[in-house]
Amino acid sequence: MIHDLFQYEFLQNAFITGMIIGIIAPLLGVFIVVRRLSLIADALSHVTLAGIAASLLLEKKLLLVGLNPLYLGMTFSVVGALFIEKLRAVYKHFQELAIPIILSGGIGLAVIFISLADGFNTDLFSYLFGSVSAVSRADLYTILVISLFVVGIIFLLYKELFILSFDEEHAKASGIAVKRIHFIFIIMVALVIAASMRVVGILLVSSLMTLPVAASIRIAKGFKQTILYSVLLGEASVLGGLVLSYYIDLAPGGTIVMIAVLILIVTMFLKKLSFNKPVKNGVKS
Amino acid sequence: MDDNRPVIEVTGLTYRYEKENVLEDIHLTVPTGSFLAVVGPNGSGKSTLLKLILGLLRVQEGKIRLFGEDINRFKDWQRIGFVSQKANSFNTGFPATVYEVVASGLTKKIGLFKFMKQEHQLKIKEAIRSVGLSNYMYQNIGELSGGQQQRVFIARALVSDPNLLILDEPTVGVDAENVRSFYEMLEELNKERGITLLLVTHDIGAVSDQVSHVVCLNKYLFFHGNSDEFKLHEMSHLFGHDVHPLSHEHLEKEFSHDS
Repeated sequence: MIHDLFQYEFLQNAFITGMIIGIIAPLLGVFIVVRRLSLIADALSHVTLAGIAASLLLEKKLLLVGLNPLYLGMTFSVVGALFIEKLRAVYKHFQELAIPIILSGGIGLAVIFISLADGFNTDLFSYLFGSVSAVSRADLYTILVISLFVVGIIFLLYKELFILSFDEEHAKASGIAVKRIHFIFIIMVALVIAASMRVVGILLVSSLMTLPVAASIRIAKGFKQTILYSVLLGEASVLGGLVLSYYIDLAPGGTIVMIAVLILIVTMFLKKLSFNKPVKNGVKS
Repeated sequence: MDDNRPVIEVTGLTYRYEKENVLEDIHLTVPTGSFLAVVGPNGSGKSTLLKLILGLLRVQEGKIRLFGEDINRFKDWQRIGFVSQKANSFNTGFPATVYEVVASGLTKKIGLFKFMKQEHQLKIKEAIRSVGLSNYMYQNIGELSGGQQQRVFIARALVSDPNLLILDEPTVGVDAENVRSFYEMLEELNKERGITLLLVTHDIGAVSDQVSHVVCLNKYLFFHGNSDEFKLHEMSHLFGHDVHPLSHEHLEKEFSHDS
């Protein structure tokens, strides 16, 4: 495999992209999970699908060959994120309502675009479930830029993102620009979803943001450690999934997700074992 | 900003949600160094008053001054520490250590795009020590008892060296045994560190010995005075007429007259 990795550009693209996604998806995922926004990732991935379908339609009907579907997917995702915020403000007491509205809106739009195009070739399928061979050098560069942006922002705004996640009311009362920070956050979520879907696919994108985090929360002490473990577990899932799918010829997206599920099950088991130990210092658990 | 001005001055404050007034014509002064309790039943507008003072709601009618500055121009929010009702704003499964939670109290003070320095780390440890939780510094906050968690939030409020600490029903969900030591800690903060305290509670019995001033609120403000006056006021309500408490000394004199 190592030999092939040096030989074929598409394999290099897939691996490097996978490694990057393995870092940024769980990194941002920690904030998404602790803020109980896990389903937003799902809603946005479906909106991204609409963007990709729109892009493929334009390509087919208007023969815009050079258009990378990633760009329109990203645009739709960001616009969808802004709509979710708007809906959450309108339905203050039913904030989760924003998610099914955006999710079904996204799919509805995607289905219309697909039917207008009289169906696409295998391209769309690769976006739904991820495709290693579909990752181009141009995709890789776009994803790299997005990732540097996201990692940079999280590094610079770590304190603010933490206080916003832990206690929004306290953040407001301390005079933090809560709305602006949240806006930046939701834009990052939209970007990371668009970036991740190439490898794991739209239908599985949210899993990379939540599964490693779900496992990490069970074993980590503190927030920084939760982030560290999430990234490590995410990275392990991506690497393991790519290698395994290469050797036994499985769908990489699905394999990555199933490894993440496996890791989660193992951590749940580990935690159960540690619960049987005596409690130290008389601390309540 | 003038430090001799009262910490909080509220004048003619009226607030309504939709059409109904929740607060009407409130006048309130919190002098520097005082320990003031705002007492009132549920739905009396206590929380609304706090939110207005904390700038979480916009003033509709009337005026609020903080440290002598009009609230709309007030920028120095790190001078005010806030401890909310724990149950409302906190997810006990949140994976954060006591240290990390207390550190978040410095977010505004450190400032945007800036990072924590060694002096900040010392401050955090000092704040954790001052609430007696040094042994729990690197425990996840969800592993602590309710009373300990509330102390973590006090430490988070104290870490930025506030002049005023506002507490919204801080003992809800704290077991009775720990409530007393909790109030003793507040008294210490007030007396030894000179921090002005504003406490919202419906349990005046527990605090009437510690506080210096009491405010009774139920849409209108119907009592505002020091805690000794409050005790008299409360008794006259109970007994239906003015009460002039007699000391035992006084009784002894009366008896001695009789004999």
